[in-house]
Amino acid sequence: MTSMKRRIFLKGSLATGAVGMAVGTGLLTPRISLAAWSKAAFEATDVTGGAAALFGSSSMDKSDKIKIKAPDIAENGAVVPVSVTTSIDGVSSISIFADKNATPLTADFQLGPGTEGYVSTRIKMGKTANVIAVVKAGDKLYSSSKEVKVTIGGCGG
Amino acid sequence: MASIKMRAKTTDGVTTVKVLISHPMDTGLQKDKKTGKKIPAHFIQEVVCKHKDTTVMTANWGAAVSKNPYLSFKFKGAAAGDKINISWVDNKGEKDSAEAAIK
Repeated sequence: MTSMKRRIFLKGSLATGAVGMAVGTGLLTPRISLAAWSKAAFEATDVTGGAAALFGSSSMDKSDKIKIKAPDIAENGAVVPVSVTTSIDGVSSISIFADKNATPLTADFQLGPGTEGYVSTRIKMGKTANVIAVVKAGDKLYSSSKEVKVTIGGCGG
Repeated sequence: MASIKMRAKTTDGVTTVKVLISHPMDTGLQKDKKTGKKIPAHFIQEVVCKHKDTTVMTANWGAAVSKNPYLSFKFKGAAAGDKINISWVDNKGEKDSAEAAIK
């Protein structure tokens, strides 16, 4: 009888040991998967590649219905305020690229149906570059750009 | 954790939301000046903003969004007193969320 109990005890401790190890090594920790976050798009090294990975196409029309508000000269590239306003109907997303950054895609905003075509944020820019706003409306892509001169870069250092 | 500061205000049916998150937003390119080692990338990847149960906006961010990110956007269909919820997740799996009432 005592030997039986000991056997059960051993089994039990072995089992918990295995589970404990699995948790400890990260086998059982839940991975957070971001369905919408495109690794390929954010790691692309040029605007065309980034747009292609993000939208599945890099052909876009220039549009004067997109207004980019950004400083002409940014003294500090680490903080460049950028606002994008668009009057295009049915906007589903607004993306911001800084074309001379190591990875140009900076931010991609997916807008809900009641959301206006406006976003404002602050971005980092490595050097003087064009800030490109790409607006997706329906199946089409529209873009607009504005040059921002950067006197002190904000990436690395 | 209180990493999110948020304000939302409705005027003429349009709600303007302003969000300030405190986060290092390290690019992974910068070097630590003392040790000369690279500071690993640590940045917010996704910010989700919800009004009631509808997602009003989802922002996917790269490392090039500035430290302590600021975000502002506008949407229609909310009334004063409604709750608005913001949550973020970074590349290390850290997250936070906050709720505020629209003024």
